[in-house]
Amino acid sequence: MLRHLMMTAAAATLFATGASAETLRFATARDVYGLDPHAVTDSFTNIFTHHLYEPLVRYDADLKIEPALATSWEVIEPTRVRFTLREGVTFHGGEAFGADDVQVSLMRAVDPKSPLRGNLPGLKAVEIVDDLTVDLILEGPTPLLNNYLTNIFILDKGWLEANNAVAPIDASQGEEGYTTNNANGTGPFKLESRRPDALNVLVANDAWWDTPVHNLTRIEHTPIGSDATRVAALLSGEIDLIEPAPLQDANRIEAADGVRMLQNPGLRSIMMGINMGDSLVDGNVDGNPLKDIRVRQALYHAINMDLIRDRIMRGKSRVTGSLIAPEVNGYTEAMDARLPYDPERAKALLAEAGYPNGFAFNLNCPNDRYVNDEGICQAMAAMLAQAGLEPRLVTEPRQMHFQKVDNRQVDVFMLGWATLPMLDGFSVLSAMLATPGGEYGTFTPAGYSNPRVDELTKAVATEVDPEKRNAMMIEALMLAKDDIAWLPLHQQPLSWAARDTVEVPQAADDLVRLWYARVTK
Amino acid sequence: MLGFLIRRIIQSVFVMLAVALIAFMMFRFMGDPVNSMVAETATTEERDAVRERLGLDQPLYVQYGRFVARAATGDFGLSWRNARPVSTLLAERFPATAELVLVAAGLSLVLGIPLGILTALRPHSFSTQALQLMSLVGISLPTFVTGILLILVFSVWLGWLPSFGRGTVVDVGWWSTGFLTLSGLKALILPSVMLCLFQLTLIMRLVRAEMMEVLRTDYIKFAKARGLTNRSIHFHHALKNTLIPVITIFGLQLGGLIAFAIITETVFQWPGMGALFIQAVSFGDVPVMAAYLVLVSLIFVIINTTVDLLYAVLDPRLRVEGARAAH
Repeated sequence: MLRHLMMTAAAATLFATGASAETLRFATARDVYGLDPHAVTDSFTNIFTHHLYEPLVRYDADLKIEPALATSWEVIEPTRVRFTLREGVTFHGGEAFGADDVQVSLMRAVDPKSPLRGNLPGLKAVEIVDDLTVDLILEGPTPLLNNYLTNIFILDKGWLEANNAVAPIDASQGEEGYTTNNANGTGPFKLESRRPDALNVLVANDAWWDTPVHNLTRIEHTPIGSDATRVAALLSGEIDLIEPAPLQDANRIEAADGVRMLQNPGLRSIMMGINMGDSLVDGNVDGNPLKDIRVRQALYHAINMDLIRDRIMRGKSRVTGSLIAPEVNGYTEAMDARLPYDPERAKALLAEAGYPNGFAFNLNCPNDRYVNDEGICQAMAAMLAQAGLEPRLVTEPRQMHFQKVDNRQVDVFMLGWATLPMLDGFSVLSAMLATPGGEYGTFTPAGYSNPRVDELTKAVATEVDPEKRNAMMIEALMLAKDDIAWLPLHQQPLSWAARDTVEVPQAADDLVRLWYARVTK
Repeated sequence: MLGFLIRRIIQSVFVMLAVALIAFMMFRFMGDPVNSMVAETATTEERDAVRERLGLDQPLYVQYGRFVARAATGDFGLSWRNARPVSTLLAERFPATAELVLVAAGLSLVLGIPLGILTALRPHSFSTQALQLMSLVGISLPTFVTGILLILVFSVWLGWLPSFGRGTVVDVGWWSTGFLTLSGLKALILPSVMLCLFQLTLIMRLVRAEMMEVLRTDYIKFAKARGLTNRSIHFHHALKNTLIPVITIFGLQLGGLIAFAIITETVFQWPGMGALFIQAVSFGDVPVMAAYLVLVSLIFVIINTTVDLLYAVLDPRLRVEGARAAH
């Protein structure tokens, strides 16, 4: 009898260690910037902190909005939206979740000093109705409120106050914030330890309010900057999941035993902006030929995107004529039609516009921001040269590139846009197509201004009827398409790799949501 | 001696000021990190506001002046990448780099000197030819290629050693060490081999050349004539004189090891100062870059001063000349 008991006990121990061994070892190209969810806007940092902290509403594995810390919401007036909060939720430290936490957290995120402010525009105040009900007071009708809220995480008020961290972190003032290295959220995982740039350890939160889909007990996250080392660590069995997996190693990973590539078209659309200002930054002709629609069409006809897909993107990109991906609100199939590759037509159009011998201009690209960005631009430069143009290729690290883009010191320049975090065409209209001024037109190419697009953008911002709103977005995006305000290229592929024992959904936004991951034996 | 030290300290202050100035002049060509710091959808005004808060809208000399004034009080500010104090970041990373450089330097001496002697004493043997050929490979292969090859062979194919990181580290006070755990020691092997390879071949070739030179000198011939054993001649008389230039070169190269550690740390995701610097460069994190460069220039000055002092200790001729000059 005793012996039997002992054997049962031994079996139970074995079983227990078996279950507790569900550790996922996860490597990414870089570390999270910090753990304070209101201090950085970097999307990788945000999704990492999403394992610890939660928003009122969240995206599920198919990028549909679902309730999280709020169970329901109701528009009481256009500028007042009431959220009912989930009952019985506790923070990792044991504190109860309630309306005051929501109030403090949202106001902390929109503080004038918070870098996250732009992710939740138009929030004026949060009023507490009762312990589990809050009203969000808005400046105007905000059709995308829930999309914005998916990215704003809730912290505990008492914990923030106790650690003197109610004010947002400001890297320009020399004080280190408590929240940078410590975390106390309501999320599916708890922080066990953190060694910046070496190892972050998360453990499952057994007291999580939601029924976990995942079966993980522990996540060990290691940043590995070098692509080759990251792949080697996967192949050698030291790591279970890597993001990103370099495209050029795809064949090698597929050929290896026990590991596989995870590849899908992503949300991020890559496009070329075109300077339509009065002069070129680096040209050899008077004025700016790119202002002429025929010249822009010539550029479009000159680029062979299928070849770029096959040779540079290893067949994994989705060539597109649209500025937004099909998953994004505001997309229609008509947007995907491209001007065909036709170098003869390109030459004819250039001649017609008065530039039979072409002209010189800058072709600006980053070399460390998008998938194979430099390779795409080198190929494109060759194609444009074949059409008789004289592109002067400039490839630079991202800080250089985007500083020039900000200052409009570019002629034809690369930009990628994923409409994150709102997943809505309005993001393209407001940031990339509207005439610059106020909160609009941060990336709009120099000289581009279409009054009808501006009018529609303003209307879309406040229109709450989804159908009307969509129709307006489509009209505006089609107008911009005909103007060739941007020259669309492709949607870049998502490229992760994992051991065969790991199952993880790959959403188009390229964010790794490990609360949906399962490890099998 | 004291005068020498004081002169060196004053010189080092100027060296660091100059390095910081050159660094700030270069930062202008690096673009700014604002795009990494704000939301993709942030407006132009929000971007400008961040630039203003970071002082990026100020002219170069103002930014430099602020940095120097604050650095003089020991305050290097917060990293723009992860909002942690730069001094904490550097202090956290220093042990990793120091241990790596220490082991690599040790390896290059422990292996380089005997191999150099061996190849000098038996210049025509097969092993010498093989070593010479290998050292040529070691000196000409870029270190990142060697690193990747080491990972491929020892981590992916054989599965013996980890391909990244420091393994388990133990905190001894503020110093985190990998020397006390098995996984920490295993993790040290590949990176330190990669880092020491260049030094090792350099020292081996230097010792060989010097030793062969010394063996041809008159006093060795006299020693032989006196009937001393080969062992005594080689290791007592010849080696001593061989080592003087080796120490100089080794000291100067120690700084090179710290510099090369940047590549090694990047390949092996070794969480040291070099990796920190590379991350800072790719982000445009000016406070970290500036502090790192100043710190490294300080280390260089310290090493060079130490080498100069050691030189005087080892070479009696220098002491005598110094003494004469003083009188």
